[in-house]
Amino acid sequence: MTTVTNTAAQVTALAENEMPPGRKRRTREPSDDTRRINWWATALIAVCSLTVLIPLWLAVMVALKTPDQIASGTGFELPTTIRWENFADAWTRTNFPQALMNTALITVGAVVFTLLTNSIVAYAIARNMHRHFFTGAYFYLLAALFIPFPIIMLPLVKQTALLGIDNQVGMIILYTVFGLSLNVFIYTAYIRSIPIELEEAARVDGASTWRVFWSVIFPLLGPMNATVGILTCVWAWNDFILPLVILSDPADRTLQLAQYVFQGQYNTDYSVAFASYLMAMAPLLLVYVFAQRWVISGVTRGSIK
Amino acid sequence: MTETRAVTTADTGREGRPRKVGGRAPSAYYWMVWPALALFAFFHTLPVLVGVFFSFTNYAGFGTWDFIGIGNYVNLFRDDRVLAAYGFSFGFALVATVLTNVISLAIAMGLNAKIVGRNTFRGIFFVPYVIAILVIGYVFQFLFSNSLPKLFPEIPLIADNMLSNPNWAWVPIVVLAVWQASAFAIIIYLSGLQTIPQELYEAASLDGARPWRQFRSITFPLISAFFTINMVLSLKGFLQVFDHIVALTNGGPGTATESITMLIYKGGFTGGEFAYQTANAVIFVIVITVVSLIQFRVLQRREADF
Repeated sequence: MTTVTNTAAQVTALAENEMPPGRKRRTREPSDDTRRINWWATALIAVCSLTVLIPLWLAVMVALKTPDQIASGTGFELPTTIRWENFADAWTRTNFPQALMNTALITVGAVVFTLLTNSIVAYAIARNMHRHFFTGAYFYLLAALFIPFPIIMLPLVKQTALLGIDNQVGMIILYTVFGLSLNVFIYTAYIRSIPIELEEAARVDGASTWRVFWSVIFPLLGPMNATVGILTCVWAWNDFILPLVILSDPADRTLQLAQYVFQGQYNTDYSVAFASYLMAMAPLLLVYVFAQRWVISGVTRGSIK
Repeated sequence: MTETRAVTTADTGREGRPRKVGGRAPSAYYWMVWPALALFAFFHTLPVLVGVFFSFTNYAGFGTWDFIGIGNYVNLFRDDRVLAAYGFSFGFALVATVLTNVISLAIAMGLNAKIVGRNTFRGIFFVPYVIAILVIGYVFQFLFSNSLPKLFPEIPLIADNMLSNPNWAWVPIVVLAVWQASAFAIIIYLSGLQTIPQELYEAASLDGARPWRQFRSITFPLISAFFTINMVLSLKGFLQVFDHIVALTNGGPGTATESITMLIYKGGFTGGEFAYQTANAVIFVIVITVVSLIQFRVLQRREADF
C-alpha cells in the first residue's frame, strides 16, 4: 500500500509503549537544559530550514505574477504587479469548489469511519491476545503492511468498478479498510496499557462489552485518536495514486487529481497552475500552521518511552 | 541497555486477564472483529489473489483470456523495459534512502542541540509532511526546468534543464523525494535523540571524548532502533516511487526514469498488459519482502553488537 507504507507506516516505529492514560508525559523542557546556546548549530539549522522554504517561496511568487514576468525572470523575484486573477482563473478552470468538496468529503469520511471502526477492532484484539482467533487476526492485518500497493492496484480497480463504488464512497471505504493494518497496531499497543480493572468495574455494574467500549475505553483513546486521525487525514487529503486509479467520473475528482488534469491541459500556463497548487495545499497547510505543535506531538506520540 | 527498544513487536505490557480461563471470548468480541476482517479480506487479500491468478493468463484487461502458465514470468526476465525499471527503482531508492537518513539525522541532532527558536525550526522542517508530493513536485519541476537554468547558466548540467537529460533526470527526483521524506524522518530521529540522557554526554566530555567520538559511541548506538526502522521503511517506500515521477518527468525522457510502480500503472491501464503487469507486481512483492527482511536482519545484528 503505497501511501500507507510511505509515511504512515513509519509510525509503526512510534506506536509502541504508551504512557498509561491519565498521566501526562513530560518531554525534556529547555528549562532544565543547562547547556550554553549553540550558535553554530543555530546558524546551520537556519540555513537548512531555507531549503524547506525555497520551494514554497517560489510557489507563492509564481502564483502572483503575470505570464510575462514569469517568462522574463527566474521565478524568485518579487512580482512587479500582482495578478490576483490567477486565483480566480484557477478557481474556475480546475473547478476548485467541486474538487475541494470531494476531497473534504473523502477525508472527513475516512477519518470519522477510521476512528469509529478501527478502534473497536483493536479493542477486541487487544483484550483477547491469548486467543488464537484474535492473534491470527492481528498478524493477518499486520502482514498486509508488507504488501506493496501495485499488486492490488489493477484487480482492485476492476472490483470497485464492478461493485459501482468507483466514487467517493468507495474511496472512504478503501481508506478505512486499508488503514486497519497500521491503526490496529497503533491502537492495540495503547489499549493494552489501559488497566483492565476499569473495565471489570464497569462489567460488575452490568455493562455489556459494547457498553464498556463506548463508555470506558473510547473516551480514554483521545491521544491515539488524535494520532490516527492526523495520519489518516494527511494520507487521504494528499493521496494521488488511489484516486487516480479508482475514481472514474471527472465530477468526483479530488484536489490532487484536479492538479494532475490541469497540468496535462495547460502545462505552460504557470501562473494559473501555481495559483491552483497553492489553493490545493492551503487548507491542510493552514490547519498545520495553527495546530503545529499538536500535529507534531500527535504524530510522534508514543515514540518516547 | 537502551531506553528505546526496537519496535517491531507489539508491547507485551499489562495484559488483560481472561475473564474465564479457556473457553471462548464473549461473542461481542467476535462481532467487533469479523466484519472488519471480512472487508479487509475482500478489498485487500482478494485483489492480491485475483492478481496472482491472472498473472498466469494472457488477460489484456478486457475481452477473453487463456491460461499461459508461467509465460508472463519468463517474459518479464527478458524484458529490457522491466529490467530497466527495476534498475532505476533500486538505484533511486538506495540513493534517496541514504541521503534522507543522513540529512535527517544531522538536522535532528542540530534541533536537539541547544539552539535559538528550536520549536519554530522544528515546525518548519515538518511542513513538507503535510504537502502533497504531486503538487510540490510540480513546483520542483518549474524550479529545475525554468529557475535553475536562469540562475546558474554557467554550470553545465543545470544550465540546460536536468529533467530533459536521460542520464541526469533522476537527480531532481531524488531531491524532491529527500525534501519530502526528511520531514518525517527528522521527527522520528528527534524523538529518539530526546530519549538520551544529557548526563551521558557530560560524562563523556569529562573523559575527553570529542564530538565525533560521542556520536559514534553514545548517540548512534542509542538510536539504532530508530535508524533500523527508518532505513527499512524509507527503502520500502522509495522502491514504490510514483507521485514524484508523475510530477517531474512522467517516466521520461523516453523511459529513463520509469519506476516499477509507474510501469505497472502504464502497462496495466493503457498498455493492455493487465496480466503481464500483475505478474510484474507479484515479482515486485517478493523482491520488496526479501529486501526488507535482509535489511532487518543485517541492521538488527548491527544493533546487537553494542
